[in-house]
Amino acid sequence: MDKTKIKETFLGGIIRNNPTFVLVLGTCPTIAMTTSLFQAFAMGIATTFVLIFSNLFVSLLRDLIPDKVRIPCYIVIISTFVIIVQMVMQKFMPDLYTTMRAFIALIVVNCIILARAESFASCNKPLYSMIDGFSIGLGFTGALCLIGIVREFFAGGAFAGMKIPGFPAMSGTGASAFGFIVFGCMMALFNFVIQKVNERKEKMKAASLPLSGGKAERLGEVQV
Amino acid sequence: MTASVLSVMFAAVISNNIVLSQYQGICPFLGVSKKLSSAAGMGFAVIFVMAISAVFTWLVYNYILLPLKIDYLYTMAFILVIASLVQVTEMIVKRYSPTLYSALGVYLPLITTNCAILGTANSAVVFSSYAFIETFAVSVATGVGFLFAILLLACVRLKTDRADIPKCFRGFPITLVTAAIMAMAFAGFAGILA
Repeated sequence: MDKTKIKETFLGGIIRNNPTFVLVLGTCPTIAMTTSLFQAFAMGIATTFVLIFSNLFVSLLRDLIPDKVRIPCYIVIISTFVIIVQMVMQKFMPDLYTTMRAFIALIVVNCIILARAESFASCNKPLYSMIDGFSIGLGFTGALCLIGIVREFFAGGAFAGMKIPGFPAMSGTGASAFGFIVFGCMMALFNFVIQKVNERKEKMKAASLPLSGGKAERLGEVQV
Repeated sequence: MTASVLSVMFAAVISNNIVLSQYQGICPFLGVSKKLSSAAGMGFAVIFVMAISAVFTWLVYNYILLPLKIDYLYTMAFILVIASLVQVTEMIVKRYSPTLYSALGVYLPLITTNCAILGTANSAVVFSSYAFIETFAVSVATGVGFLFAILLLACVRLKTDRADIPKCFRGFPITLVTAAIMAMAFAGFAGILA
C-alpha cells in the first residue's frame, strides 16, 4: 500500500483531472441534468456508482481481456452497471427515473467512464482503480452540483427545491439555453482561478530566483 | 400520418434540435467544430450511422428483445449494435471508397461514443415506440439537425478564434456561450408548430 499514490489518485480526480472543467468530458449530462441541485446530485451519484464498479471490474479482468476487443468488453461491463442503476431507480425512485431516464441510459456512452477504464483501470490495481473512480466521480458530482445550484438560483429562483421569496422564475426558452451560458462562465472562472494560482507560483519562483540564478552564475564562473 | 411525420421531422431539425435543445452529442459538437471541413465530415458521418443504427436497433428491439421479454437489456443491446455497425461501416467505407474513408478519418470510430446516436435510438425505439418508417425518418432528421448545428457553430468559431477575448474565456468557454445564443435562436422556432 503506497499512501502517496492513494492520496495522489484521490485528489487528482477532484482538481487536477476534474472531468468537467479540465478534461471537458461528459458534457451532455453536465448541461442536460443540472436544472436543479437535486437532479444534478442524483446524476452525479449514479455516474459515480457506475464509475467505481466499472473501474473495479475492468481492473480485475485486465489480464483476461484481449487487447483487440477491449472496447466492446468495457462497454459490456459499463452497461451492466448502468442497467443495475436503471432497475434500482425504477423500483425505488420511479418519479425521478421518468424525468431522468434518457440520460441515465446515456451513462453508457459517457466519455468519462470509458476514458477512465481505458487510461487508468486497464493498467492499475483494483484498489487504486476504485479510488480513481470514486475521486473522478466526486469531481464530476461536485461540478454538477455547483452548476445545479447556480442554475436553480438564477433560472428557477430557488435553492435545493425551496422557493426564494421575491425571486421570479425564468420562462422556458431562457431557462433551456441558460445551461450552456452557466457552464461556459463556470469553466472560464475555473480557468481564471487556475491562471491566477499559476501566476502566483511563477512570481514566487521569480522571487526566489536571484539566489538560484546567483548560484548558477557562480557555477558558470567556476566552469570558465 | 404523413403530416405528423413531417412535423416531427421539422421539430427534430430545428425547434427540438438534438444538440441545442436535447443536449445530446455535445462532446463532438464542441470538439470537432474547429474547422468547417471536419465539422461537415462529422455531421455526414453522424447522419449515416444514425440512419442505419435506427434500422438495426428497431429490428433488434421489436424482433429479438420484446419476444424474448428481455427488453430491460436494451441499453446493452443497442450500444453493442451501434459499436459493431460503426466497425462494419468503417470496413465497408475503407474497402469501397478510400476517398470518403480518408475524409471521415478518425471521426468514424469516435461516433460510437456520440451519445446522440444511442439517445436517438433509445427515444425513438423504446420511449416513443415509433413504427419502423417513423423511426427511420426521425433518425435521419435528427442527424440533419446535428449537421446543421455543428456547421453553424464551426462558422461562428472561425470568427471567435480571431477575436480578442479575455484569456480565461478562450477555447471551450466562449464556444459554450456561443452555443447558448444559438440555442435561444433555435428555440424561437418552437412556436411555428404549435
